[in-house]
Amino acid sequence: MNSARTILGFAAAVCLVCAVLVSGSAVALRSLQAENAERERQRNVLYAVGLADPDDDLDEAGLAERFGDIRAVVVDLETGAELPEVDPATVDPLVEAGLADSSRPAPDNPARIRRIERRSVVYRLEPEGRLEAVVLPVRGQGLWSVLYGFVALEADGSTVRGLTFYEHRETPGLGGEVDNPAWKALWPGRRVFSGTGEAVIEVVRGAAGPPAEDPHRVDGLAGATMTSRGVTNLLRFWLGEAGFGPWLERFDEAD
Amino acid sequence: MADSASRRVLMDPLIQNNPIALQVLGICSALAVTTTMATTAVMCVAVVAVTALSNLSVSLLRHRIPNSIRIIVQLTIIASLVIVTDQVLKAYVYEVSRQLTVFVGLIITNCIIMGRAEAFAMQNPPIRSLLDGIGNGLGYAAVLLITGACREILGSGSFFGVPVLPLVSEGGWYTPNGLMTLSPGAFFVIGFLIWTLRWFRPEQHEAE
Repeated sequence: MNSARTILGFAAAVCLVCAVLVSGSAVALRSLQAENAERERQRNVLYAVGLADPDDDLDEAGLAERFGDIRAVVVDLETGAELPEVDPATVDPLVEAGLADSSRPAPDNPARIRRIERRSVVYRLEPEGRLEAVVLPVRGQGLWSVLYGFVALEADGSTVRGLTFYEHRETPGLGGEVDNPAWKALWPGRRVFSGTGEAVIEVVRGAAGPPAEDPHRVDGLAGATMTSRGVTNLLRFWLGEAGFGPWLERFDEAD
Repeated sequence: MADSASRRVLMDPLIQNNPIALQVLGICSALAVTTTMATTAVMCVAVVAVTALSNLSVSLLRHRIPNSIRIIVQLTIIASLVIVTDQVLKAYVYEVSRQLTVFVGLIITNCIIMGRAEAFAMQNPPIRSLLDGIGNGLGYAAVLLITGACREILGSGSFFGVPVLPLVSEGGWYTPNGLMTLSPGAFFVIGFLIWTLRWFRPEQHEAE
């Protein structure tokens, strides 16, 4: 009963209206979404460095205040040089890792990172201009999913100050316990590097000693061997030579 | 329009003809998003909005949609509405939308929406279709909220994030039921719900 022309015309009209609706909403809401993502990142940096707690109900002003002493810096991962001339807001390491031009193939690694971004963004906590801690982004394969997080190191570039994971799909109650504050509290004071500068931090099966006696090991998550191993792998990868190692070496020299 | 027919269109899907409990549609997302009340509630609002608007738009166009391409037209409308909903959630309830991940996008594949557009909105006037959309959305929401409440209380000892059962790990007495935080837990809850509903309403039994 409908001619081919009416059908095509109707289909085109529906597509046009829907396309305008979808692109209109995407464009109109983009700035709000970008702000949300930025606040989310700031919040997670604060969790890692221990200046905020997920239970804190931070509003915009509170967040800006606590983030006041933190400075984002772009780092060239290959040389370890900081690139102060590059605006950190223009660099999204996760996007760059996915593009051929701005990334390089990763060496074979158990964290199953395939490509590494050439530049990344780190955060320096500098109250009154003195470096107190650094926060760097990490990621790597757990059991079911890639874990994304931040690890904070003291100004010596070796002692853990805290860590947090902001995205993962590990089993709730088992691997998902990487989010448990009690487990995260085991990390501060652990030392990432051995005397020879190798990243040796390890999440072990069972219990580890207190940081002073057992500085390179952390208790494993019960029932989550694969996730625990994943955390070991991703930390060793990102703190090692292929990751932030070249940049972290600078902190020894500075001391 | 406040006659009893419209009222029935709105209220029937809540219990009499619930899309999940009787029609057994939309189970997939009901399993995935009901681990906590916050995610459940946001998902419910999103689904109600999409069913209502898709029914309304399909009904407005029902005399014009060429029969041979009606399914793809409905799907295009639904998909657009879902994308817009997803964008709005990302802009205004970022935290929850991050937890919902792909499941907002998967509203597109939720059989309830397509089913109501095809079975109801194509034959009925706009206002009544809108009510039918809201009703079915609410029917879905009712089951999700009950499931979400059971799962959050039993699985995490809290309700909307507020602790109600003191957990052993925080010095209380309640050992959370890990099963409830996993998808199979939702199967049990929804199964019990359908069983209870059909116990009180034997007419809902399927013919042997």
